[in-house]
Amino acid sequence: MEVAKLTDVTRVYKIGEVETRALNGVSMTIGDGEFTSLVGPSGSGKTTLLQLIGCLDQPTSGKVMIDGKETTHLSRNQRADLRKGTIGFVFQFFALIPTLTAYENVEMPLLLNGKSPAERKQRAMELLEAVAMTDRAHHRPDQLSGGQQQRVAVARALATDPKLILADEPTANLDTENGEQVMEIMKRLNKEIGATFVFATHDPRVIKYATRVVTLRDGIIEKDNHAPAK
Amino acid sequence: MINYFKMAYRNLGRHRRRSLLSGLALAMGTALLMFAAAFFQGEMRSSLETTLRLNSGHIQVQDADYDPDKLSVAWEYLIENPEQVAEQIEALDQVAAATPRLFASGIVSAQDESIGVQIMGIVPDSEANAPYKNMVSGEFVTADDREGIVIGLPLAESLGLKVGEQLTLLVNTSEGNVDEQMFTVRGIFTTGTSAYDSGIVFLPLAKAQAFSGAENHASMIFILLHDREQADAVAAAIQGEGYQIKTWTEMNELLVLINDFSNAYLSFINLIVLGVTATVIVNTLLMSVFERTREIGILTAIGMKGRQIISLFLAEASLLASGGITFGALSGWALSAYFGKVGIYFGDLGISGDMLLQDRIYPILTLDSAVNLIITSFIITLLASLYPARLASRMEPVEALHKAQ
Repeated sequence: MEVAKLTDVTRVYKIGEVETRALNGVSMTIGDGEFTSLVGPSGSGKTTLLQLIGCLDQPTSGKVMIDGKETTHLSRNQRADLRKGTIGFVFQFFALIPTLTAYENVEMPLLLNGKSPAERKQRAMELLEAVAMTDRAHHRPDQLSGGQQQRVAVARALATDPKLILADEPTANLDTENGEQVMEIMKRLNKEIGATFVFATHDPRVIKYATRVVTLRDGIIEKDNHAPAK
Repeated sequence: MINYFKMAYRNLGRHRRRSLLSGLALAMGTALLMFAAAFFQGEMRSSLETTLRLNSGHIQVQDADYDPDKLSVAWEYLIENPEQVAEQIEALDQVAAATPRLFASGIVSAQDESIGVQIMGIVPDSEANAPYKNMVSGEFVTADDREGIVIGLPLAESLGLKVGEQLTLLVNTSEGNVDEQMFTVRGIFTTGTSAYDSGIVFLPLAKAQAFSGAENHASMIFILLHDREQADAVAAAIQGEGYQIKTWTEMNELLVLINDFSNAYLSFINLIVLGVTATVIVNTLLMSVFERTREIGILTAIGMKGRQIISLFLAEASLLASGGITFGALSGWALSAYFGKVGIYFGDLGISGDMLLQDRIYPILTLDSAVNLIITSFIITLLASLYPARLASRMEPVEALHKAQ
């Protein structure tokens, strides 16, 4: 079963008169339960690819299917709805809402999905336990270390049981120990609940966990060690 | 449902001083406007009441040819047997008082000073003359007094006159001559309107008639009603041959016009001041939007929709507005209440004739204008906040996240 399918996707940024071709005809499929790394040097297009899979951006041409749905012609609100239920994000910077506690940050996607207070509480505590953050549930982000914040971010990304979790350089701002810890948690969740993870990274610590490594260069896929049958 | 207000409250708390200052700007605007509304209301009410009480009354009956600006006492311009006419009018149910008055122009002299005045002959016992009977010293004249006169405080001060002292009064008579007589100051009064008090002296009607040669005549019947809104009805009831009947709205056209316009004028000032304070709020929220670009990106990425982002910022605006407006309204109310008690002293504003003001203005805050202002402030603040809120809601998640990095 495929979670995401990209067909001949290009993304061109136009800044003034200058056109930058960030992706140049990329096709790939991401299957259910994969733990995939997108690697490549800076400017190779991995973040752009991740954003297109995450429906944060739209391709200049080509098709992006998420969970069997064509996303290219969706409105802003429709894309927001799709993200809300299907996709979780972990960003490179510790992207928590600073005015909300760890618990409230994890609760936010559940609120957006209209879950009942009881459901929200149970799910949020369950996830904070899964990332070993129960004891800091009521701390605000500025009272947490970088590693702890990123673990909360992982819990938040998983809150709505998304089909797909996208992580953009999740360990970039973490030291080795915290980076390993976050990766261990994600790997465990991948195994335990079968969540599909896609990372954009050039951190070898991340790459070593991946079951599939897709290498990008100049906006095209240079190498895919696990290209599934089309 | 997302608790927007909880989030809004915490967001405002991030920059406590900034939030406090913009709330304060709104508070000051609201307080100022509330006080201005109370002041205007007090001023308008005072000027209308003072003018009606001292000057025009609710209705005047004059001879058809009478011109109030000339103060002529020639018989052809006067009403004959005025006491009889007044009695008939006073018999009407709606009429509180109807009394004859005779106006003549004259000059008061004492020591080496001379001042031009209006001489008013009145029936001392009439209720309509109550506003003149607020004595600083001495007593009011009686109907049969032939040598007594009552003068205002500013006139007494500028002539250096005290009760019991004498002055010389010169009058233009009905034959077009000038007559002169000594009078004794029986009393010195104040109406609270210096402009009025400095230019008028009172004689009993009979004495004024004899002195000016008007004999059995008066310039007008001055009428006060129980309810001034009845003026047109009463005026219609007392129409008579050879008279002109003037209601207070006809005699005070300018004042009525100003009164009617004062609301529009006040609304205009409200819009300007609230526009400025709203700009402060917009500025605060805009800064907040730009500072929180990344957060907006994250919220959008996890599925928050545009209208939910708008709600979040509107919640912040309404919290700021509630705090600021509440504080401002309380301060405005306190200011109005304090000055409503002690009054604001302006002294003689030099306004006389058709429009009179008391020397001291007492602001009056009506519930109507307070509620109006509070609602208007709130709505304007929220409307203004729509701009930053929409700006935030339209951020593309990718751009928002990029800018943040």
